[in-house]
Amino acid sequence: MTAAPVQTGKGPAAPPADKAPRKVNFDLKESGIFIAFAITIVVFTILTEGVLLSPQNLSNIIVQQSYILVLAIGMVLIIIAGHIDLSVGSVVAAAGALAAVMMVDMNIPWPLAVLITLVFGAVVGAWQGYWVAYFGIPAFIVTLAGMLLFRAVTYAILGNQGIGPFPEAVRSLANGFLPGFLGNVGLGTLGGADLFSIIAGVVVVVAMAFVQYRTRAGRIRYNQAVDPAWLFLLKVILPAVIVIFLVVQLARFRNLPWVLVLLAVLVVGYTLVTNRAVFGRQIYAVGGNLQAATLSGVKVKSVVFWLFVNMGVLSALAGIIFAGRLNLAGPTAGNSFELDAIAAAFIGGAAVQGGVGRVVGAITGGLIMAVINNGMGLMGATKPQQVMLVKGLVLLAAVAFDVYSKRRAAGAK
Amino acid sequence: MSDTILRMRGITKTFPGVKALQDVNLEVRRGEIHSICGENGAGKSTLMKVLSGVYPHGTYEGDIEYEGDICRFSGIRDSEHRGIVIIHQELALASNLSIAENIFLGNEQAKRGWIDWNKTNAAADALLRRVGLSERSVTPVIELGVGKQQLVEIAKALSKEVKLLILDEPTAALNDEDSAHLLDLLRGLRDEGITCVIISHKLNEVMGISDRVTILRDGKTIWTEETANLTEEKIISGMVGRDMDHRYPEHTPTIGEEALRIEDWTVYSPTQPDRALVRNVNLTLRRGEIVGLAGLMGAGRTELAMSVFGRSYGINISGRLIKDGKEIKARSVREAIDHGIAYATEDRKRYGLNLIEDIKRNVSAAGLSKLASGGWVDGNEERRVADEFRSSMNIKAPSVESVVGKLSGGNQQKVVLSKWIFTDPDVLILDEPTRGIDVGAKYEIYTIINRLADEGKAILVISSELPELLGICDRIYTLSAGRITGEVPRAEATQESLMTLMTKEVQEVAP
Repeated sequence: MTAAPVQTGKGPAAPPADKAPRKVNFDLKESGIFIAFAITIVVFTILTEGVLLSPQNLSNIIVQQSYILVLAIGMVLIIIAGHIDLSVGSVVAAAGALAAVMMVDMNIPWPLAVLITLVFGAVVGAWQGYWVAYFGIPAFIVTLAGMLLFRAVTYAILGNQGIGPFPEAVRSLANGFLPGFLGNVGLGTLGGADLFSIIAGVVVVVAMAFVQYRTRAGRIRYNQAVDPAWLFLLKVILPAVIVIFLVVQLARFRNLPWVLVLLAVLVVGYTLVTNRAVFGRQIYAVGGNLQAATLSGVKVKSVVFWLFVNMGVLSALAGIIFAGRLNLAGPTAGNSFELDAIAAAFIGGAAVQGGVGRVVGAITGGLIMAVINNGMGLMGATKPQQVMLVKGLVLLAAVAFDVYSKRRAAGAK
Repeated sequence: MSDTILRMRGITKTFPGVKALQDVNLEVRRGEIHSICGENGAGKSTLMKVLSGVYPHGTYEGDIEYEGDICRFSGIRDSEHRGIVIIHQELALASNLSIAENIFLGNEQAKRGWIDWNKTNAAADALLRRVGLSERSVTPVIELGVGKQQLVEIAKALSKEVKLLILDEPTAALNDEDSAHLLDLLRGLRDEGITCVIISHKLNEVMGISDRVTILRDGKTIWTEETANLTEEKIISGMVGRDMDHRYPEHTPTIGEEALRIEDWTVYSPTQPDRALVRNVNLTLRRGEIVGLAGLMGAGRTELAMSVFGRSYGINISGRLIKDGKEIKARSVREAIDHGIAYATEDRKRYGLNLIEDIKRNVSAAGLSKLASGGWVDGNEERRVADEFRSSMNIKAPSVESVVGKLSGGNQQKVVLSKWIFTDPDVLILDEPTRGIDVGAKYEIYTIINRLADEGKAILVISSELPELLGICDRIYTLSAGRITGEVPRAEATQESLMTLMTKEVQEVAP
């Protein structure tokens, strides 16, 4: 086998000239979401005179949006497979209600109650997955019915009232922070910050760099073209700077929020599944070309079924977080969460026709909406119609960009 | 029968990588029935799409002269406005609407935007009488059989004051009675002065109805002749005759054990459960041998292949599959793959590839489990495998991370083949492996097929191109109306003999 041209890491960090290794094609579609996120942050940082990035506000953004982000992870997978789930808001409410009844009224220990609630989510998902995958009803209809059904279940569980308060552990999952295991450390003019959080941040950064390095080394070992060194370094350093900044800010406020830890685990886990697992590949295959996937031996129905089970479990998890955050399970909880989750996935680059989308994209899409929400709130735009207007336009713009770039790609053929 | 209604001159139409039409000329006289004959892929339908504006002016070269004017149609509405109506093989009726609604679809009988239902239904009834259809105009089209739907299409054409009616395989899906009625109707329309162009595979019909015949082959006009001077044999030789030098690589087969035997295989249509698409087929594939399956459109070739491949098409499938001497049950695609059967589909874009993904993920799609342990895919190994195929199959792409949708047809086909070779099959069914790809890439595909046979795989090639089957196969089965009508060793096969076997059923039942 002839070796593909390889740029080793040792070379100078200058852009390669004629021996161009991997073409540095700046994929606007791939990077567009991150650029949009950066622009959103810069705009609102300027408009709020820096308050947006203040330690306490950053912490708020993450905690306030956490349950939407959990939902967005499941939603983007379903959208990649070419389906949709409109029922997640109602499932969030039903799961919260169930958890509340178990923990508050029945005094079931919270770990067991959480477990039962997640199983409930799985059963809900299996119910919907059955109708979509095996019975062949469009997901739009099945989950529209589910939206009503599980709202009804919520009312049946709660009556017309809320149930609370939740045990301390559940509240702190949603609202709380890691204890300062190692005390504070002085950061000069920035004041004191939690040492453990900072160490955790550094560990994450090192791990990210290590994984990227190993991927690169693996490609080189297999004679595959790799990014030139300067781009590689940029791709390592830029996220590292962002993570360190985020962690330092959070450490200066209180410690790391528990939900952030949970989210980080979910994002890493689901990114691995979508990129590296057989199951993840099959999701893309099903959404990209259903017939081709079927004729390649992919068990299409089973893939779709398990995606809905997964969505149900994540909805239940979001339901627990949301109820814990309000310290109350109410019958109207989770209203229109499905729309935020769907919007996050589409803003994050998922394609309406399926086959395309990334977990990180959906998270970023969700964060863009969170920043818009939060930033407009800080600017005094408290009327819901103002925020909705902006969010609506952002969603339309994101999908318009997707359609436009696809049309251009088709025209270029 | 005097003046010429239509003259198409020097029509050339290119698709990415293929010349579908090359300097084609067609002259149609006013008031005649003119048949266009040719093999699948000869360019008949493309020519008619150029004429009707489906491919608008500017996307092809050459002139269309119609009723004395040079026409530049920018869409089907333009051509219909001039009285040219095309009826496609797949009927374009809205099945839930009534006959009358379908007839006037896009041409509603309305006053100030409000539909005049009395006028609509009365006009539709008059048209139905003209085509000899005794249904009420309010009947939903879904309740009609294919033959009657065809008549509705013709009524629709008449409502547009058609002067030149184009029918693409009008009788392909009809039974004999409906076909006869349709042909009678066309004769009647001719007497009213309507000109017809018919694309047909059924040579007895062509001989029976047309005044003149034009032959297309490989996107070129071969000849136009008065039917009175023709015989079916002459049409066949026109359709198939071409030079066969150096288009197929030399190959001496080493034929081994029997790999797959299909016994008494019958498949019914999933949409018309009482219609058998494949009937009592028996077929044997041996290791190292390239076997061809010839048949015209609608003969049941793809249906046979897909039903064998994990029952991925058809219902009420009966029969036995014997693989390496043992009966197997391949009830799903997965099971078929696990039993060492691979099927590369006819329409690679619709059924074969995930066009928005890259080469490596398409190559690994059917054999992903071979790259995975514990459910996790080894990405480096996947890239290495894909890269190996890229060089061994000569896939022309900058890297295995190139998106498949942007490759040429030939390279896409190589990706499909790579995908199936990676599953390490014993039996490879290749459905139209060279459709829509250029001559150079075809040669490469043939070389790959030979190599696979030499590795001891049993290969079944389904193709509409008889020279291709004669060029690469060691043995050829012919299929007609779902039945095997012949099994011919290459040495004894000619295009004429195959074409005769492929049209056998059709000619037997002809009056």
